[in-house]
Amino acid sequence: MDFIAIFSIFVLACFVGYFVVWSVTPALHTPLMSVTNAISSVIIVGALIASAAAGSPLSKWLGLAAVVMASVNIFGGFAVTERMLAMYKKKER
Amino acid sequence: MHDVAPINPWVALAYLVAGVFFILALRGLSSPASSRRGNRFGMAGMGIAVVTTLLTHELANPIEVLGAIGIGAVIGIVMARKIAMTAMPQLVAAFHSLVGLAAVAVAAAAYLNPGAFGIADEAGQIFTVSRIEMGLGIAIGAITFSGSVIAFLKLNGNMSGAPILLPLRHVINLGTLAAILGLIGYFLTDQSPAVFWTITALSFLIGFLLIIPIGGADMPVVVSMLNSYSGWAAAAMGFTLHNTAMIITGALVGSSGAILSYIMCRAMNRSFLSVIAGGFGADASAGAAGAKEQRPWKPGSADDAAFLMSQAENVIIVPGYGMAVAQAQHALREMADLLKKEGVNVKYAIHPVAGRMPGHMNVLLAEANVPYDEVFELEDINGEFAQCDVAFVIGANDVTNPAAKTDKSSPIYGMPVLDVEKAKTVLFVKRSMGGVGYAGVDNDVFYMDQTMMLLGDAKKMADDIVKALNGGGH
Repeated sequence: MDFIAIFSIFVLACFVGYFVVWSVTPALHTPLMSVTNAISSVIIVGALIASAAAGSPLSKWLGLAAVVMASVNIFGGFAVTERMLAMYKKKER
Repeated sequence: MHDVAPINPWVALAYLVAGVFFILALRGLSSPASSRRGNRFGMAGMGIAVVTTLLTHELANPIEVLGAIGIGAVIGIVMARKIAMTAMPQLVAAFHSLVGLAAVAVAAAAYLNPGAFGIADEAGQIFTVSRIEMGLGIAIGAITFSGSVIAFLKLNGNMSGAPILLPLRHVINLGTLAAILGLIGYFLTDQSPAVFWTITALSFLIGFLLIIPIGGADMPVVVSMLNSYSGWAAAAMGFTLHNTAMIITGALVGSSGAILSYIMCRAMNRSFLSVIAGGFGADASAGAAGAKEQRPWKPGSADDAAFLMSQAENVIIVPGYGMAVAQAQHALREMADLLKKEGVNVKYAIHPVAGRMPGHMNVLLAEANVPYDEVFELEDINGEFAQCDVAFVIGANDVTNPAAKTDKSSPIYGMPVLDVEKAKTVLFVKRSMGGVGYAGVDNDVFYMDQTMMLLGDAKKMADDIVKALNGGGH
């Protein structure tokens, strides 16, 4: 893909983000932060590529370290979000 | 050597699906009812992205990679299970620092082995566009990391929440930023390690310098801002790897953090730049202390409070950071339950910047089993104070200060506040009369005729009111 194609996706995604985030209820702003945190760890994709590649040992170890860090975030971020969201209950009537 | 450049369309499609699932994850948060389904979409999207990557790249050593994921999973899940809800801001700051450091590691790995990422020509020269993306990625990642570490230390109490003001800090900060941008420009012509690592080191430094002058109560903005940075770091890496899932996520997280920062700044009536410049509240408290006059105020006891509230028709509870510090949310909910049993209509009013991160109070109240439909945002409930019998303020101060509406010389002038002074009676739980709020301004509500000051620890006061409502010994 050329730069312009990727850049177009990026710009459009910024607009999607803008509208989606404004529709998030303020009561869920803390879970919003923890879940965005978890999904931004999608950089694990880059970490996996680095750790899988042959050629540079230092690059591989940096990749593995990044895999550990991103995994902490992914599992921790989704788990803590799930834990928080389970607490939001409606009034019992 | 793997080539990323000619992407298999099915692989690209899989990453796009992952990106769409991330959008649906955030979309789910528009209401608590759909939020858990949203979170599952997020997990599914991440699963797709990781599995796709694993299947399309030959793993030199699968055990190492799966082991690394396993180690991270155990640490992450244990942290998520053990963390106290009051410590949520620290946890989020810690998670942000990991995203930042992971981005730095990935950018460094890509720099050291560009061939594996398909971003270099035969001679090992990294493509120009990739150099910009890589330089920005490592700079934003490093700033996110060191900034989040400082935010974590301040939120966790390892470091004082007071702003640390270096002389000439604006000159130093702007100079460092200019140096980073200049070096990224120079990196286009010279990809030598010295340039790359200097960019990295300066970026770590600027992240540290940017956050130390920012005070504790501005942390909601800082945490949101770092959230935004972690997104932009992911987007920059997405450009490097031509990966749509990363780009979509980066854009989502980046805008999410930016919008939250904007909401927090608006709730304090301060510009983003003035928060970033830092130092707020540093000398204001000294000035206020000197000019302080002794004014009469009315003390009250837990018994008085219990009596007043049980006779009331409508009670609005205004929680603040002090409630979180004292861990008073459970006692508070017990108090509200007893009042409801007596037929009192109880609601909660939340100011957007109450606490140390966006939505902090809502999570704590949810933890204490307060139904979310009893909890209202400032603009939805502010009109109701005039009709309410008792406003019960616990651990909040500046967000109730009417000076924000009337006193143009006040540092908090223009900030939207909760109109507690319009209630027939105000019960104000506060540790002592000596301390002023974070902004260092006195609150006229303390001295009003209809205000009763309940001095003491928030949790103990709430417990005592519960005892009194139960008729304990009286």
